[in-house]
Amino acid sequence: MTSVTLVRRIKARPSIVFEALIRAEDIAQWWGPDAGPVLISQVDARIGGRFKIRFRLLDGSEHESTGIFLEIDAPHRVRMSWRWTVGGADPGESELSFALRAIPEGTELTLTHALLHDEKSKISHEGGWSGALDKLVAMLER
Amino acid sequence: MNQAERLDRTFAVLSDSTRRAMLARLEREEALSVSELARPHAIKLPAIMKHLDVLADAGLITRAKSGRTVTVRLQPKPMREAMEWLRRYERFWNTSLDRLTLLAEAREAEARKAGR
Repeated sequence: MTSVTLVRRIKARPSIVFEALIRAEDIAQWWGPDAGPVLISQVDARIGGRFKIRFRLLDGSEHESTGIFLEIDAPHRVRMSWRWTVGGADPGESELSFALRAIPEGTELTLTHALLHDEKSKISHEGGWSGALDKLVAMLER
Repeated sequence: MNQAERLDRTFAVLSDSTRRAMLARLEREEALSVSELARPHAIKLPAIMKHLDVLADAGLITRAKSGRTVTVRLQPKPMREAMEWLRRYERFWNTSLDRLTLLAEAREAEARKAGR
């Protein structure tokens, strides 16, 4: 479980959500952890194509991530490699995926950011995480 | 060792179910002797000792010897660091997805108004 998974229910059809996920001008509107601006949004949305997104946080620091599209299956699934190229330590390559499922009110979106940052943890990941880290973390927090 | 390497090590150590079970028990019971720790596991003591070495090397536990008893304790710092790291990504994506949701829902409303 070296990954982050989030699920959202969005009141919009999958084709609309999918487009917002891969269009450079749309990404510039939603990408980033706070209200700071996206400075660069370059997206070549085809398999093997590259994206580069740079944003500035409210604290003034700039961060940039780049990667390559590994899978594009509109409007169901998009998967890309991910690497931090500006701002902070580079923890190595990870993988980001969005899975879309049509539901009566619109779309259920599942984001998975798998933080497999070296061969060793890739093996342990394949060996099967069962969410045990989550539970352990929850216990340690109490 | 930098943070990325420490995190790698923590996650690698946590990839083993026996070690996770040991850590979970140590969290509940604070301090345990090696034989108490070994009891619920269907593996021999030398294998348990090896797991304890791995956990100690990664800084997840400490061992203290008193007479013939070795007492094992949990060291929560590496776990906290790993957790904080995962949390940062969670924050990043939570905020991003909030805005993506607003954008997509506004588009859907426009499309409906236009009768699409």
